[in-house]
Parts: sequence; structure tokens; C-alpha cells
Amino acid sequence: MDNVSTPPPAKKTGSKFKKSLSDFFASLYNIHLFIVRFFKEAFVPPFELKEVVRQCYEVGVRSFTLITVTGFIVGVIFTKQSRPSLSTFGANSWLPSLVSIAIMRALAPLVTALIASGKVGSSIGAELGSMRVTEQIDAMEVSGTKPFKFLVCTRVLATTIAIPILATYTAFIGLLGGYLNVSFNEGTSYTTFMEQVFQPLVYLDFTSSLIKSIVFGFTIGIVGCYQGYYSTKGTEGVGKAANGAVVTAMFLVFIEEIIIVQITSNFR
Amino acid sequence: MEKPKVKIDYKNAVISIRGLEKSFEDYAVLRGIDLDLYQGENLVVLGRSGTGKSVLIKLISGLLKPDKGTINVLGNDVTTISDKALQELRIRIGFSFQNSALYDSMTVRKNLEFPLVRNRKHITRPEIDTAVETVLDAVGLSQTINQMPAELSGGQRKRIGIARTLILNPEIMLYDEPTAGLDPITCIEINDLINEVQQRYNTSSIIITHDLTCAKMTGDRIAMLLDGQFQRTGSFDEVFDTTDNRVKPFFDYNFIQ
Repeated sequence: MDNVSTPPPAKKTGSKFKKSLSDFFASLYNIHLFIVRFFKEAFVPPFELKEVVRQCYEVGVRSFTLITVTGFIVGVIFTKQSRPSLSTFGANSWLPSLVSIAIMRALAPLVTALIASGKVGSSIGAELGSMRVTEQIDAMEVSGTKPFKFLVCTRVLATTIAIPILATYTAFIGLLGGYLNVSFNEGTSYTTFMEQVFQPLVYLDFTSSLIKSIVFGFTIGIVGCYQGYYSTKGTEGVGKAANGAVVTAMFLVFIEEIIIVQITSNFR
Repeated sequence: MEKPKVKIDYKNAVISIRGLEKSFEDYAVLRGIDLDLYQGENLVVLGRSGTGKSVLIKLISGLLKPDKGTINVLGNDVTTISDKALQELRIRIGFSFQNSALYDSMTVRKNLEFPLVRNRKHITRPEIDTAVETVLDAVGLSQTINQMPAELSGGQRKRIGIARTLILNPEIMLYDEPTAGLDPITCIEINDLINEVQQRYNTSSIIITHDLTCAKMTGDRIAMLLDGQFQRTGSFDEVFDTTDNRVKPFFDYNFIQ
């Protein structure tokens, strides 16, 4: 029987430093338990498909406008800023290829993940945190529902599914921004632009980008849910959960980006 | 103000607790509790804030794990029961939370449907609608069916919280501070509702409160929790007919009309 209200407490140690260190490792251990519990419960019937679809819709709707605007601006700005450097070598014709490589390999998954961390991660942290402190999660538990499965598994699955879709959309919008800029300045046609966009891309670029987005989506979901699910100390705790979800998810996204780039570069 | 007479089966304990201990870090909240709740009985657990009253019912419903002791609920030991069996047992126990714990994102109808839909897999839409209307009628709030929890008053939220637990026809009700934060008239209405639930649904209940009016109106038996143990148990008059300095002030500072 799990103690549903709080994660296992950290062991007490002497100094403040030792306590912080101990708390840090206790948190790591608790997150590990949280992830293990997710895999134990998410893929065992009954499946909460309806709720997963609803959460996917929520994730998409929450981020759609911001991702559209940001993706477009990233495409335009990146193209605009890259042009002078390429012009120095008379390589303006490489601009579409450069933009496509940058957007497909790095910018689209990263920008999407960072926006989703802010919009979706904080929202999940605050929502579950608020449910925890107002005993709504306990109410689910005592009414014979598994709140972990209904609230956590569905949200983590939703972010894991929706963020790769959003990243693909960001890539499309970013390339659209790049195309409009190139078309306006160089007069490149749509067909030529698209040919040059796809020419340098290889299968690994798509798969690594997809894998990255899946990992980012999972991270954002897990961190947001963990922070909210174990939120304490009333309304103050809700704020901390939302804030913690954003900060931790963003930090982890960058760490994961470095690791995945290192791994995929070995296959190039 | 007098409690209606009900039939209580004193030979049949639906909850039986022995030697229950629970500590939070170094603070021992419950220090060896023994308690029986009999079939059909309303047992009021009285005590000051922080004495572990809410902890007691969270232990009974399996939301917290005890450090020591046994909690037998409807023939199942909650301390050793499997997750699956606990989930099934919880359907037979209604838990009314102090702050109602209504799901903010759902309407009253969805709040009431939620436990039903999730625990009765083959229930039909007309059966759901009938069940929702019946419990809403029982708590006298049929008109709120499409409202959001944020649009309800404190008393209405309490009633809907109780209705949500009643929809699964529980055998045991656990009320956590049912009258906390309510005006005196609404308190009396909630107390009447608790008695009505006891009679209409034939439930056995534990009512956690520090409100003596609630205790007197709803309790068939009172248990006074002090210093982590039950110091006095009996009828309302028996509990407070004492010169015990730990119990007497609790009565003196609560004015009962």
C-alpha cells in the first residue's frame, strides 16, 4: 500500500550542506520511483484513452498560438541573422539548407520544449498542486479511483505524444518564416526553397529530432506531474510546484539536448 | 435539536481499531487507539485542533499508513490489505472532506458521475442520470446540477461532497469536520443531513468535529480524543459530566443552545 500523500522523507543529517545534499539525492530517488510507477501503471488496463486524448488536446491548445508565433519568428530571425555571414563567402544560396538543418536538428524540438515547459509544465504543476492541497487527489483515491493513473499517466502520455507533433508543426512554421524571408530578399521560388531545404537533410535528422521531442515531452510531463502531485504547504506549495515544474523541466531539456546531440553525432 | 432514535447493532462492529499509533517525525499524534464503530451507529470523535482526529479517519480509509496497530474495516485489515482489495473496500466507505474536495474542473453533475462511472463499468446512461438525481434530491440541491463548484456556497459544497459519497451507496461514512466554516443555521442543516443519511442509507458513521452542537445533534456516542488517546467515551452527557480538567474546559468554551 502506497502512502499517497507525500514522497518518502529525506533522512536527517547534521549540517545544512549535508541536509541539502541528502534532500537532493532523496528527490532524485523519489523521481526515479515516480517514473517506475508511471511505467508500472500506464500500460496496464484499464487504459484512460479518453482522458489521454483530452489531455493531448489541452496540451496542443495551450501551446498552439505561442508556438505558431514563436516558430515563425525563430524562422525569420534565424534566416535574417545568418544571411550576412553567408554573404561574406558569397554563399547566400545555402541559406535554405542552413535554415532547414538548424530548425530540423535543433531549433524546432528545443523551442517547442521550452515553450511547452512554460505553458504546459507550469499548468500541470499548478493544476495537480492545487488538487493536492484541496484534497481532490485524496477524494479520488477514496472513491476507488487510482489518481496516479488518471491524473499523472494521462498527462505524461499526452505531453509525450503531443510535443513531437507540436515540434513538427514548429519546424513547418519556422521553415515558412524562413521561406518568406528568403523569398522577399533573394526572390527564391517555393519549389527551389523546398528542394534546398530537404537536400541536406538525412533520415537521422528526422529520427533524432523525433526522439528528442519524445524525450522532452516525457520530461515535461513527468516533472510537472511530480512537482504538482507531491505539492505541500497550501497555496504557497502550488506556486512552488508551478515554478519548480518550469525551472526543472527547462534545465533538464537543455541537459538532454546536449546528451542526445552527443549520441546522435556518433552516428553521422 | 434532539437526535432521532436509530437501531444500532452493538454486536456487529463495522470498524474495529486496536493499538493504533501514528507519528509525524518526532511527534506522536495517536498513541495506542482502540475503537469500535457499530453497525448503524454515528460515532463522534471530538477533540481540539491538531489532536489527530483527521489523521484517524485518513488511517481508516488507507490514505495514511499507521506505525503500529490494526484497523479492521468491514472484515478487512486496512494495514495489510492489497492495493486492489483496498480500492474495492473504499467503494464501501464514503469520505466527506473538510473542504468538500469537489473537482474544480467539473460541474456538479460530472462530480457526482465521476465515482459512479469509474466504479460501475457496465452502468447505463439512464441509470447514471437516475442515481445523480436521487442523491441530489437527498441533499436538496437538484437545482445546482449544472453549476461549477466555484459557484456554490460553502454549505452547498458540503452537501454536494456528501452527495458524491452517497452515490456509491456506502456502508460507512467518514465525515471530516462537516460543519467547519459554516454559519450556525447551515451547520444545523448539515447536522440534520447527517442524521438523514444515517436513517435513509442505513450507514454507520464516524464524525470528526470540534463543534459540540454537531456532536450533540448527530452523535449516538462520543469519543473524546486528548493527548493521542480516547480519554472519555459514552453518550454526550456521560462524556461531559466530569470534573476532568482536560475535558471540562472543552465543554465550557463551547456554548450550546
